[in-house]
Amino acid sequence: MCVDTLSAPLTIAFDYTRSLGPVLGRFMAGLRERRVLGGRTSDGRVHVPPLEYDPVTHAPVTELVEVSPTGTVVSWAWREDPLEGQPLDRPFAWALIRLDGADTAMLHAVDAGSEEDINTGLRVRIRWAAERTGHIRDISCFEPATEDPGGVSPLSQAAADSGETPPVLIMTTPIRLHYLHTTSAEEDRYLRALAEGRIIGQRCPSCRKVYVPPRVCPACGVAPDEILDVEDRGTVTTFCVVNVPFAGQRLTPPYVVAQVLLDGADIPIPHLVLGVPADQVRMGLRVAAVWRDRAAWSTTPENIDHFEPSGEPDAPYESYREHL
Amino acid sequence: MNDVAIIGFARSDRSVTTSGVETLVPVFEQALAQAGLGRREVDFWCSGSSDYLAGRAFSFVSAVDAIGAVPPISESHVEMDAAWALYEAYLKILAGEAETALVYGFGKGTAGDSERVLALQLDPYTVAPLWPDATSVATLQARLAFEAGLISEQDMAQMAAAPVADGASAVVLAARDRVRGRPAAWISGIAHRVDPQGLGERDLTTVPSAVAAARDAGLDAPVDVAALHAPFTHQEVLLRDVVRAGVYLPFDSNAMFSAGLSRIGAAAGEVMSGRSLTAAGHATSGPALQQNLICALRGKR
Amino acid sequence: MRRAAVLGTGQTEHRTRRTDVSMAGLCREAIDRALADSGTDWSQIDAVVLGKAPDLFEGVMMPELFLADAIGAAGKPLLRVHTAGSVGGATAIVATTLIRSGVHRRVLAVAFEKQSESNAMWALSIQPPFSAPITAGAGGYFAPHIRSYIRRFDAPRHIGALVAVKDRRNGALNPYAHLRQPDITLESVQASPMLWDPIRYDETCPSSDGACAVVIGDQQAAEASERQVAWIRATAMRTEPTFYSGKDHVDPRAGAEAAAALWAAAGVKDPLEEIDVAELYVPFSWFEPMWLENVGFVGQGQGWKLVESGETALGGALPVNPSGGVLCSNPIGASGLLRFAEAAMQVMGRAGEHQVAGASTALGHAYGGGSQFFSMWVVGRNP
Repeated sequence: MCVDTLSAPLTIAFDYTRSLGPVLGRFMAGLRERRVLGGRTSDGRVHVPPLEYDPVTHAPVTELVEVSPTGTVVSWAWREDPLEGQPLDRPFAWALIRLDGADTAMLHAVDAGSEEDINTGLRVRIRWAAERTGHIRDISCFEPATEDPGGVSPLSQAAADSGETPPVLIMTTPIRLHYLHTTSAEEDRYLRALAEGRIIGQRCPSCRKVYVPPRVCPACGVAPDEILDVEDRGTVTTFCVVNVPFAGQRLTPPYVVAQVLLDGADIPIPHLVLGVPADQVRMGLRVAAVWRDRAAWSTTPENIDHFEPSGEPDAPYESYREHL
Repeated sequence: MNDVAIIGFARSDRSVTTSGVETLVPVFEQALAQAGLGRREVDFWCSGSSDYLAGRAFSFVSAVDAIGAVPPISESHVEMDAAWALYEAYLKILAGEAETALVYGFGKGTAGDSERVLALQLDPYTVAPLWPDATSVATLQARLAFEAGLISEQDMAQMAAAPVADGASAVVLAARDRVRGRPAAWISGIAHRVDPQGLGERDLTTVPSAVAAARDAGLDAPVDVAALHAPFTHQEVLLRDVVRAGVYLPFDSNAMFSAGLSRIGAAAGEVMSGRSLTAAGHATSGPALQQNLICALRGKR
Repeated sequence: MRRAAVLGTGQTEHRTRRTDVSMAGLCREAIDRALADSGTDWSQIDAVVLGKAPDLFEGVMMPELFLADAIGAAGKPLLRVHTAGSVGGATAIVATTLIRSGVHRRVLAVAFEKQSESNAMWALSIQPPFSAPITAGAGGYFAPHIRSYIRRFDAPRHIGALVAVKDRRNGALNPYAHLRQPDITLESVQASPMLWDPIRYDETCPSSDGACAVVIGDQQAAEASERQVAWIRATAMRTEPTFYSGKDHVDPRAGAEAAAALWAAAGVKDPLEEIDVAELYVPFSWFEPMWLENVGFVGQGQGWKLVESGETALGGALPVNPSGGVLCSNPIGASGLLRFAEAAMQVMGRAGEHQVAGASTALGHAYGGGSQFFSMWVVGRNP
């Protein structure tokens, strides 16, 4: 039903800063030093990666022991076409790997070359990243272990204690996801009208209110019907002067964001009020839309650059008090 | 204790807008029509959805617009499959805080790449930064099950995912006094459990949370029909050991965050129609069947 | 209806960045304190309800899944509640329903936010395609409605500053509070920068890492408790749309109707007389007078007068936010549960230096979204 409505990509990206706490902080510090630490729980089992809390006693895990960088594939899944962010950019195997000295398996990538060369029981060892920061990706991936590298002996508490570097406090994890945002039929109609320099609303068949932009009536829960044009001028019902910079902001402060009740609409829209000093903007101020150059119009609300005073006398409080 | 029944169910698997509002409006209408209730007769509304599925914070907020919540309503939301919203609503009725409830779920699973989005359910320190895709995580489980002899070589070779889809669904619940002789699927038991997440920590060939949920839901004998929520085909095999049934309704469309509720609704539909006397609906959440809910249904109180 | 009671509460030290703990560590700091305060053993907990605001804040989809083991939920029923800013309150109410249904005996409710993992303003300002670039930030959303309140009731401009001074001084009495400012004055608040006119810097909540947990038990568990419990006398939740034609953003109908239902269920006829202390969700100081009216402590236009009279300070007729409130600590997902927990602490007599003497009936209140999701409870020393 919405096959032909407008849609557009949306990417959400942020570098998250993860504080690690004492257990994971030591685990990551170990990786930076090319050492793998497991956590020993009350039943004597060694968990890699370490658990922060004992699953039986619920007490914090405090004892970390070093395990081998070599282990055995417990299960695997072949990935022919690696996705964004995965450890390798050529076909590889995901695997659950139980390191020698550990009682649990960890998930990582195995650079096995081809699907024929990976199997349950395969011996693999860590390929360390050249630059390590105290991050799970300090393990670049695993690779088949052709011979015993003669690494650290398992369960070497002494080795773990000696020379252990300070815990890593924070690890940074970039997260980047891509979406396709799809508009509703009403939103689509509104945007296409904007591209023609018109502002349309739609009336709720139940309560008869005119919504701009048109939408399912939030008060009645029914789809709107009658389509009508509303004016590109209206009344400032209330507003705020934004003086503060913040993340995600797209304008430079100070600026006025006002609720503008367009003539013919029954609900205000938020918009910028410019062309007047911020301290002269007031409730009841009459404003008119300032459109961008017609040549720049497209299916976007940005066709209206801002509102500015229309020069009409202020609207009386009673005319908009029901919209506050 | 109040007896509680499902008296209405509707779903849509049509393409939805990012907000879901336009899809929910007719779904509510259909579910309420089947239940013989007006919108204002719903005491409690409860929904399930995910911000990460939609790609924006507070995605459930705009969905409230589909309800027409003026005057205001009693309402809550879980950031889970809506099957768990059904659990909350069921207890609300048991507690005597409501007599009727409408539970809904929605999601536009195709808005993002669900293979990558679901990686964010994994441990954010040691696993998620590697971006394991959902299919590979499921395959690790399938291979363990295969090598343990729990699924066949053919099951392993043909292992596949139910296609991720857009969708919405709604289930109407009512306490005994409000069923008023309408076709009803009585909830004879409902329970849910969660297992530890660590993929290398737990035995992926067993589903302890589903086993415990089935026991607590009173599923001690096979039901006539079951609807399992198995995003991957090998998981259906593992779950059939937990929920025994004469007939299993096929699961061919994974409309994430409404799918589990829809399975319960589908099972209820079999009972309400009179085709089955006993039924079970199942919902899962998290990687490799980490969290499971089972709802047992009966045709006669 | 079956009875339920808060057996104990716990919370973290709230700070801008709790870089000393992971998400599990943050939750456990609150949970361990709640278990100790309630005299509850892990094995006695038979369900866990976790509340948190948007997953984008931490960049984890449904973090309760990876946290299940660390928060003691493994093998048990686990629910994840998200009702925007009101979620902490909703978490407590869902946990209460679990008890009142007769299905569960002791439920752990925990809510957290680790805002320092990202930037909440970023997460809240993500603009979907086809929307106008009219971002104003969280304060920018609420400032126009505060302006409307001031205009509607001709409120003096210093009321917001009075609330800020009171709450920050209260926060100085609370060892867990993020902002503790015993020396703050009306003049210093009024001299602080105007961020979102008419909201000044000192009139806004901080961005905090923090968690809160409560253990809620059934009547048998409550009666077996060796310590004073907080009986949950009533709960209420109401929702309305973010925007609709005719919506009253100053006095939202959902808040007023939730409160009316709450008072009726609790048998409270005169809230101002019968409630000894209130923890209201006040992220911007002007919301104290607005909510005083909205929940019915005073009539329309009287809220600012109650503030001005000093009756909402400790020692007044109705102390509001003796903990310092959201203005002193704002781990968003936990902020509502903190209000509910602080109300319980007051009637249990365990609020330390910010204890209201003799408090026997208290209100916990939270709201979220565009003043549209409301959750409240009344707790008392007696059932």
